Amino acid sequence: MSSEWPLWEVFIRGQHGLSHRHVGSLHAPDAGMAVNNARDVYTRRNEGVSIWVVKATDITASAPGEKGPLFEPSNSKVYRHPTFFDIPEEVGPM
Amino acid sequence: MYAQMVKTEADRPRTLEEMDARERAFQERIDAGIKIEPKDWMPEGYRKTLIRQISQHAHSEIVGQLPEGNWIGRAPTLERKAILLAKVQDEAGHGLYLYCAAETLGVSRDALIDQLHSGKAKYSSIFNYPTLTWADIGAIGWLVDGAAIMNQVPLQRCSYGPYSRAMVRVCKEESFHQRQGYDITMKLARGTPGQKAMAQDALNRWWWPSLMMFGPPDADSVHSAQSMAWRVKLNSNDELRQKFVDQTVPQAEYLGLTVPDPDLTWNADKVGYDYGAIDWAEFFEVIKGNGPCNRERLAARVKAHEDGAWFRDGLMAHATKQAERKRDAAA
Repeated sequence: MSSEWPLWEVFIRGQHGLSHRHVGSLHAPDAGMAVNNARDVYTRRNEGVSIWVVKATDITASAPGEKGPLFEPSNSKVYRHPTFFDIPEEVGPM
Repeated sequence: MYAQMVKTEADRPRTLEEMDARERAFQERIDAGIKIEPKDWMPEGYRKTLIRQISQHAHSEIVGQLPEGNWIGRAPTLERKAILLAKVQDEAGHGLYLYCAAETLGVSRDALIDQLHSGKAKYSSIFNYPTLTWADIGAIGWLVDGAAIMNQVPLQRCSYGPYSRAMVRVCKEESFHQRQGYDITMKLARGTPGQKAMAQDALNRWWWPSLMMFGPPDADSVHSAQSMAWRVKLNSNDELRQKFVDQTVPQAEYLGLTVPDPDLTWNADKVGYDYGAIDWAEFFEVIKGNGPCNRERLAARVKAHEDGAWFRDGLMAHATKQAERKRDAAA
């Protein structure tokens, strides 16, 4: 049995000025082939102007179980949002 | 459907009271419409059911290329050939989206493909019918892809994130498939009497197998309740079948073609068509492997996979060598 091609995560920039977005994954023997395959699998209808591929094993993800402690610090800091502050209407747009 | 009669390992869904705390939290998340993502805890039955369903769906996309591939070299014009090639390429893409979604559940694509090739995993019954004339390519796009869309549109809202996202992409592309099929059928229906007869013949042969795609009647679908509780199935087989009939009959009428069902009548009370009895014996024979093309399809798949092995291995060997060279040069 031959060895399975590694898994790559694919990121596509849809248009100029937007960031790359994760669109899915695919198997390929190396990075160059991964880009070629990504073109064939994920951009058959002009969906992109640029492709990134990253080996799936190179990605470190946060654990869903740690969601609480990981994101708690920002939950309690509502003052980070501009709407926290009431500015009198007379001051004008700010 | 593209996934038919998916087993769930449960005759009935468990009630919230019967579940332990973890499973109850999981079920409540699904009930609240929150998506389950790969790293979230999930019951083993949910994981296994999804692997079966998504891989069966993926296998159907891949095997589904074969009946249509039969006509690429014989398409009537260069334009039709280019369109059919693009469509068949889409099917390969759909298969890949789905295999990737299945892989997030902790199974490898090679293992899934092995299950297909050994006959352990199924694919949709519909692809075991032959494509005898060019009109069949029209009928497949119009009816088979039309039936698939009925099922795939609601699956965009299914509970498993990667499956739902794959369905979003598939649905965007699937509408092209159905329209190109209807376009082929329309050209034939408006052509010479011989061409129209060809379109009618294709409709005659594909109508009933298309209705069977939705799977057995609700009363006989033992696994549906659990799948629906898990929101990996959103409508019942009969519900979707009815929707398909109601949508397709007027489309056939528009073409001046006759749906091959003498019992088909409009029912004003239910605002839908009543249709004749489906030959379920035929369906179960096809599922068991005794359809007109089961052996041929599987043999073609296995041959393609085996014939390509040296090439896949070669690419991998080249990639390994290049990586080693790069490492040595850096050292």
